[in-house]
Amino acid sequence: MSLFRIAIHIVPRRGLLDPQGKAVSDALHALGFSGVRDARIGRFIVLEMEASDAMDADGAVRQMCERLLANPVTEDFEIEGVHAIEGAHVS
Amino acid sequence: MKFGIVTFPGSNCDYDAYHAVIDQLGERAVYLWHKARDLEGVDVVILPGGFSYGDYLRAGAIARFSPIMHEVASHARRGGPVIGICNGFQILCEAHLLPGALMRNSGLKFVSKPVRLRVENTDTLFTHRYEPGQVLRMPIAHGEGRFVSDRATLDRMEQEGRVVFRYVDAHGEPTTEANPNGSLHAIAGIVSAEGNVLGMMPHPERAVEPLLGSVDGLGIFHSVLERVAA
Repeated sequence: MSLFRIAIHIVPRRGLLDPQGKAVSDALHALGFSGVRDARIGRFIVLEMEASDAMDADGAVRQMCERLLANPVTEDFEIEGVHAIEGAHVS
Repeated sequence: MKFGIVTFPGSNCDYDAYHAVIDQLGERAVYLWHKARDLEGVDVVILPGGFSYGDYLRAGAIARFSPIMHEVASHARRGGPVIGICNGFQILCEAHLLPGALMRNSGLKFVSKPVRLRVENTDTLFTHRYEPGQVLRMPIAHGEGRFVSDRATLDRMEQEGRVVFRYVDAHGEPTTEANPNGSLHAIAGIVSAEGNVLGMMPHPERAVEPLLGSVDGLGIFHSVLERVAA
């Protein structure tokens, strides 16, 4: 088993009103960043987990997202990277 | 009749629900701890308002995995009545006992105030004691009450009369101004396809005696009482 670090992005689904994102986008416009077209605010989760390999880790995280970490009605998730943590082998 | 009121860590309307059942309805009620695996033979389950698990991750997302929720789901599958109020509604959606989800209020603020609700369907277990189109006064107190669902689900619920309460203005109209959280179709409360699970953001248990400013919430309790006792 190896130890992996996995980053997960969860954002409100496009097309659904994200009032937080809208407020931030409005504030950015007020600051002069007129090029901002859209802002969506979600959460960023970093997991450290044991798995036999990267594919195994990715599969488990996908299930975690579908069952708990993201709400399939309102959110999309993206698993950004599954990185083995150097030198951390777990027996 | 016996009501079971589930207490999660962070529930804070459990005593209000208990008071409504015991003192205003004159029925029996027990608290059910979220770790319990037994509903103690209750007839009706109430998931009360509050901030279960601190609303961590999403409101209701963690509470739905509490051991008691397995029993609540079995009770619901057997046709047993379940009432989810505020955080309880959020938990029911997360548990897929009701469709859709409750998102951050469109105005971003926590809103605590009395609102008007129109009874959209009186042919349900929970609303048959009201008049069609009757306008009720009840308080809301939530930051995440904006009901959303995909279009197909929304259309189906509307067709099946499963939207039971809508936010309305003084004229009984669902205007944008009267919608406190930006809910789709001004939805304040819905029932499951089988009709035995009710979820609503407003608090009927806080509208059960004149001292509280409204008795309009009693109709829900009396409706379910009459049906289940019958």
